[in-house]
Amino acid sequence: MRLTLERRTQAGMWASLASPILAVVLTLVFGALLFSLIGIPPLAALTVYFLSPLADLWALEELTVKAAPLILIALGLAPCYLSNNWNIGAEGQLVMGAVAGSAVAIATHGQGHGSYIVWLMLAAGVLGGAAYGLIPAVLKARFGVSEILTSLMLVYVADLLLDYLVRGPWRDPKGFNFPTSVSFGLEARLPGLSETGRLHPGFFLMLLAVALLAFMLARTLKGFEIRLVGEAPRAARFGGFDDKRLTLFVFALSGALAGLAGIIEVAGPIGNLQPTISPGYGFTAIIVAFLGRLNPFGILIAGFFLALTFIGGENAQIALRLPLDVTRVFQGLLLFFVLACDTLILYRLRVTREGAPA
Amino acid sequence: MTGVGTQDSGDQPLLAASAISKRYGSLLANDAIDLAIRPGEIHALLGENGAGKSTLVKILYGLIAPDSGQIIWQGAPLVLSGPAEARHHGIAMVFQHFSLFDTLSVVENVALALPPEPVAALSERVYRVSREYGLDLEPGREVWRLSVGERQRIEIVRCLMQNPKLLILDEPTSVLSPTETSGLFRTLEAIRGEGRSVLYISHKLEEVRVLCRSATVLRHGRKVASCDPSRESAASLARMMVGEDIHDVQVKPHRGDGAERLGVRQLNLASPDPHGTSLVDVSFSVRAGEIVGIAGVAGNGQDELFSALSGEVSSLPETVCIDGQAVGAKGIVARRELGAAFIPEERLGHGAAPGFTLSENVLVSQHGKQGFVRRGVLDRAALRDCLAAIRQRFDVRAGEIDPPARALSGGNLQKFIVGRDIMGAPRLVIVAQPTWGVDAGAAAFLRQSLVDLAEQSGAVLVISQDLDELFELSDRIAVLSRGRLSPALPRGQQTRESIGLMMGEAMREVAHAPHA
Repeated sequence: MRLTLERRTQAGMWASLASPILAVVLTLVFGALLFSLIGIPPLAALTVYFLSPLADLWALEELTVKAAPLILIALGLAPCYLSNNWNIGAEGQLVMGAVAGSAVAIATHGQGHGSYIVWLMLAAGVLGGAAYGLIPAVLKARFGVSEILTSLMLVYVADLLLDYLVRGPWRDPKGFNFPTSVSFGLEARLPGLSETGRLHPGFFLMLLAVALLAFMLARTLKGFEIRLVGEAPRAARFGGFDDKRLTLFVFALSGALAGLAGIIEVAGPIGNLQPTISPGYGFTAIIVAFLGRLNPFGILIAGFFLALTFIGGENAQIALRLPLDVTRVFQGLLLFFVLACDTLILYRLRVTREGAPA
Repeated sequence: MTGVGTQDSGDQPLLAASAISKRYGSLLANDAIDLAIRPGEIHALLGENGAGKSTLVKILYGLIAPDSGQIIWQGAPLVLSGPAEARHHGIAMVFQHFSLFDTLSVVENVALALPPEPVAALSERVYRVSREYGLDLEPGREVWRLSVGERQRIEIVRCLMQNPKLLILDEPTSVLSPTETSGLFRTLEAIRGEGRSVLYISHKLEEVRVLCRSATVLRHGRKVASCDPSRESAASLARMMVGEDIHDVQVKPHRGDGAERLGVRQLNLASPDPHGTSLVDVSFSVRAGEIVGIAGVAGNGQDELFSALSGEVSSLPETVCIDGQAVGAKGIVARRELGAAFIPEERLGHGAAPGFTLSENVLVSQHGKQGFVRRGVLDRAALRDCLAAIRQRFDVRAGEIDPPARALSGGNLQKFIVGRDIMGAPRLVIVAQPTWGVDAGAAAFLRQSLVDLAEQSGAVLVISQDLDELFELSDRIAVLSRGRLSPALPRGQQTRESIGLMMGEAMREVAHAPHA
């Protein structure tokens, strides 16, 4: 007996849909197993994780707040991954977007500017994220440095810079020595759109980005180029597409969207700069991108699912006194199963007997 | 020499396969195939690409298990669990793509396939065996310094050292120069003379007629004939393989007094690949209305030359001129805009993206043309119309209207790619291996398309390893060897022998250069 992977002649439509669903189911099963191992009734735990965030209006709003940055970032990662550019530094690009945008808010703080300031901040966030994303891209295109390493390591550089800024030059003088910047004025905040004030325009920016990315990937020459470079790099060169310029483009795009997510977080729910402004959105978005099959609409759905684990994790912390790390375990399980199930889309598992009948 | 079997055990076949079937999904690769090989014969397995030859020999070598059917080996049923068991029974195989470690020496590569034994003794044996069969080899040389022909000799020696009763060779001459081919034939005769059997897979009919006294012909997974190839004509064998008469290409002589469309002057290009071939002082031209052929054994700079001409690799501006314009430093899109079209050797992955549909693959090389992209947005309807036109004019056969490129057979995919790039009647076409691995019917069609193009005063450059093809098509032929190009002389002034000699000279130089 041996197991072999046999390439499918044509990847079935059903398999593309079934694979992420199977991955989610397997994650739930293994999650339940994990809970029972640490002595917590698995059904109750799963209820807290995956159903309680859907139970009331506040939680649903919170879901959109958490899903928006995840989806924005994952939308930027999709063109990267489709074209074999492995940007795993979205977390750092998010931080730099937030820093660049906040620079505008802090520089104009208390000078009585109008609400155009927040739009300037968004623009600065986009540029800051894009510029930071271009660093690994230039290193890759120019010197052949692995973008996997550089983009990841630049995350820690960005984190340390943010930490330095809020403890040093940008610390609020009236902040009782807490390591935070000044609280942004109203002109530098995204307006709340609901009674609780949690739902903000970032959510709609995200929906707009989904539509734009979907159009770009499916209908434009740029989208074609992105898919072609990933599918057959030699054919892309034969077509006359410049893969180095494309590397710069997708990293800039990805950085821009991550930066936008970062400044939306700061100008929206948070309201000032703090040493930590993201619970790891930039890394979780990698899972979102793959769970959504690198397709903008798939990413939209996957983003909500992973937002659920963030809120469920917080709820579980309160209700079950579980450490927040369990959320990470869940996300890790999910990525693992997504990648495993994806293999089943492209390949068929075959059991072959040694010495088959002649 | 000690024989492993006696020639007069005549009637009992060494190997008899009956009703072998193998299915891959919806494709029946082998459909109840019978095959009998007698001791001491060179048996040809003929068929077009996709006829099921490779599947059948992989079954005989134990690489894949058949769905049904039986193999009788020396009178007893044989069930193979894998190649190791096949070798144990005395079945050895030389693949089209060699499995050698480039950085190891000849003897080290042989040692890997054999039970452990001291290297000195093994070197001695390798030397002896290679002499005995006329397979010149220096046991101590590293593989990367050797020519393709020499690498093949290692594979054959490695098989012979296991004392096989049946040696399977998969398309062995596809990589050899004419001189090397006749050397191989002498070796095979020597092997046969010892009572060993050879299963010789090929679609080169002339070779089979010279070498083999029995043949099994496959078409679409079925056995359609057994015959004695020496009593058949190449045309009758081709008919068995294809099932229809092949039309000869109609060539009208004397063209090529038109204007220079492609001019290459002193093109020097260092290959980035350490095992690649650098181009040295390559100069030639192609005029409107003529077909120029570039002959040569693979690995003598063909890939490098194609990339330099297409613009995938750039060179000094003046070294490549299209219609008198210096384009050496320009990219492939700019060269296409000047009316050039390029058809690379490798179809899947270079000429076409395997997972993309054909209409998307139209876009790969045609996105610069008007009508397919407006303000950056694709016009998918226009692409589908273009595909339909290509499919009709170039007879591209496929199950669906717009299937992914990898679903097409080699011949149909090549017809699509050639069609895509010459639909717009380009002024200059540069094509590498236009009919490599393509069935005879499609090959004739493709060659005719190139001839027609030249007749409409297009300029055509064909880079090919197939001398028959070059003699059929070209007005002038040059030989590329070790990155240097001989002058392109009119076809009438050259013979297969004169060209083979130029190719062979190069091979000898490679073999004896202290540092290649």
